[in-house]
Amino acid sequence: MYGNAETTEIKSVKDFIGFFLKELKPQGKNLFTPFNVITVPIILLGLVIIVIRFAKGLGAVTNLSQEFPWGLWIGFDVLIGIALAGGAYILCFMYYILGYEKYHPVVRVVVLNGFLAYSFYAGALILDLGRPWNAFNVLIGNKFGFSSVLFMVAWHFFLYTVSLLLEFSPAIAEWLGLKNAWKILNKMTLAAVVFGIMLSLGHQGGVGGLFLLAKAKLHPLWYSEFIPLLFVVSSVFGGLSMVIFEGSISSKVFRHRMSEEHHETHDRIVLALAKVCAGAMFVYTFLKIMELNHEGTWTFLATPMGYWYILEVVGCVVLPGMLFLAGARSKGMGLVKLAAFITIIGIVLNRINICLVAYNMDAAVRYVPTWMEVVVTLTVVFTELWVYRWIVNRMPVVSDSPEWAQHAH
Amino acid sequence: MDRRKFLKVLATGASGLAFGNALKPNELQASAPGKQSDKELLGVLVDTTRCIGCRSCEAACADINGLPEPNLDDEQIFEKRRTTSETQYTVVNRYLKEDETEIFVKTQCMHCNYPGCASACLVKAMHKLEEGPVNWETNCIGCRYCMVACPFDIPKFEYNTPTPKIQKCTFCWETRVSKGEKPACVEACPADVMFFGTRKEVIEEAKSRIYQAPDDFYHHIYGEQEVGGTSWVYIAAVPFEQLGFRTDLGTTPYPKLSKGFLTNIAVIDLLVPTLLLGISYAAKNKKNDK
Repeated sequence: MYGNAETTEIKSVKDFIGFFLKELKPQGKNLFTPFNVITVPIILLGLVIIVIRFAKGLGAVTNLSQEFPWGLWIGFDVLIGIALAGGAYILCFMYYILGYEKYHPVVRVVVLNGFLAYSFYAGALILDLGRPWNAFNVLIGNKFGFSSVLFMVAWHFFLYTVSLLLEFSPAIAEWLGLKNAWKILNKMTLAAVVFGIMLSLGHQGGVGGLFLLAKAKLHPLWYSEFIPLLFVVSSVFGGLSMVIFEGSISSKVFRHRMSEEHHETHDRIVLALAKVCAGAMFVYTFLKIMELNHEGTWTFLATPMGYWYILEVVGCVVLPGMLFLAGARSKGMGLVKLAAFITIIGIVLNRINICLVAYNMDAAVRYVPTWMEVVVTLTVVFTELWVYRWIVNRMPVVSDSPEWAQHAH
Repeated sequence: MDRRKFLKVLATGASGLAFGNALKPNELQASAPGKQSDKELLGVLVDTTRCIGCRSCEAACADINGLPEPNLDDEQIFEKRRTTSETQYTVVNRYLKEDETEIFVKTQCMHCNYPGCASACLVKAMHKLEEGPVNWETNCIGCRYCMVACPFDIPKFEYNTPTPKIQKCTFCWETRVSKGEKPACVEACPADVMFFGTRKEVIEEAKSRIYQAPDDFYHHIYGEQEVGGTSWVYIAAVPFEQLGFRTDLGTTPYPKLSKGFLTNIAVIDLLVPTLLLGISYAAKNKKNDK
């Protein structure tokens, strides 16, 4: 029933349209699952808010102000979303570059997650742009702002999304039964991975680098010359924690789709990732201490913002780092999942602190998102989950590839 | 060639390849690459000791820019400190000295020598003209990074329209200054608070005023060195932190804050793929040896 990739032969565009329309239909018998019942009304409401946003301007639905030009949409989609989607480039590095075969079962699903995250966050970014009809100016060169970190981020972000699509494309070819295309796409994977990692380092660091120019506005405990490096390192453990977290949910939700290989190796892979996380978190903590020393910001630790900072660094990096280590040694899956969860909270906290809490502290009115900004953010996330579910239920993502594509990938 | 020199050459070469002329050393100004300006930057001196708080400058600014007319008779507005907004490119605030005497300070875009906003802009919608004014163009995508990057919080965004613009003081470039006239606010001021000229003349004028009446001034020209210098500079009778100025901005030009990072990225983009291919090749060989 599911994933009829083996039986499909597509020879013309007409075949494809027919096949695609058939695949568009929902496969589940019961449409009123809890997930559907919760997400559909929110998505519809979100679409209404988006229409209002474009009809009346950003002020009609957001609490953005002259003091806080960037709010929840940038903070959540761009800063948090990109960090948590970092798992794709790390896993690709370990699997394709270092050649650790054991990660094979999860690479494809993580790449898909990365690709969808980037596509949807870029989409959400359009909502936040005041003049979105000009967005293509960045790419077509209606002035290239070479001196802008954001210019660099935009290009790296865009190209990385393309490279993720290339990395995932063999799965699409397998779904459509396009054997010749598959051969070509499969050969392009290594190149896409190599450039993908380069582009990831660039934009993960670049997103932090955006705040280098916010020197007058960011609290000294969070402002640092190291901020791009801190963003890269935190994307390693943030991204992998998200892989662990998603994996533990997917392994329940998509159990019926999972290949034997995927199922059996799940725990082993999670424990290996836990060790990588712990290592990256050690590096991060070390950098944080070095930064305190380098910028001489020790003195701020004994202030309310200092306690908040300590909560972020000790409570949400050092603590889960140790939990990861303990979990990996005792093979305690529960411990590792708990650590992954706290780590994700920590990433959220860190990015929100940088763009909202520790930002422009002198402002007369603090920014708090409106309920409409929250609904639109949820709409983006839920729509992404719908597309994700649609793809996983059809293409060989967590399931085995069709036999003709088994020998080499 | 020693190692340090080698790395330096490598870094400049890499950044040169990736960024063209934009990051040539000593060319921080976000003007068109390759254009060497022989023009003097324009500037304005604001002598706050002369300001009487009549707000004629606000009215003149609103008039020339087609903004809502301010009510000059309303003394109440001095009760609260105001910032510029999308409909007010300049505002006058009142500060009280310890002896209750009033000091009025006009605020508008400082037109930095090395503007953070322009270096932040990914489509050069915000840009510095070689004559000095920092202006905005309609190819802007509305990302509002200029607002984050401005140390003086000057660019303002129109939140309540589907076709928003970034609004701020234009130095009256198109309407007046490019035609050889003074900016509207300078022209309208009845108390001769502002002195308009090349930035060099403006600094000299500021120095000579402090020099000639050393007891009347706090000995600092705000904007001479701050964030690498600004086109608009201020002199005052009291320290500037008492007049709502930020005195913690330092003298580093803002574009410099991210320049090092941009160079690093260019190096990473060049070196990382090579490195990765090497590692991947080595890892494959290892597998084959087994």
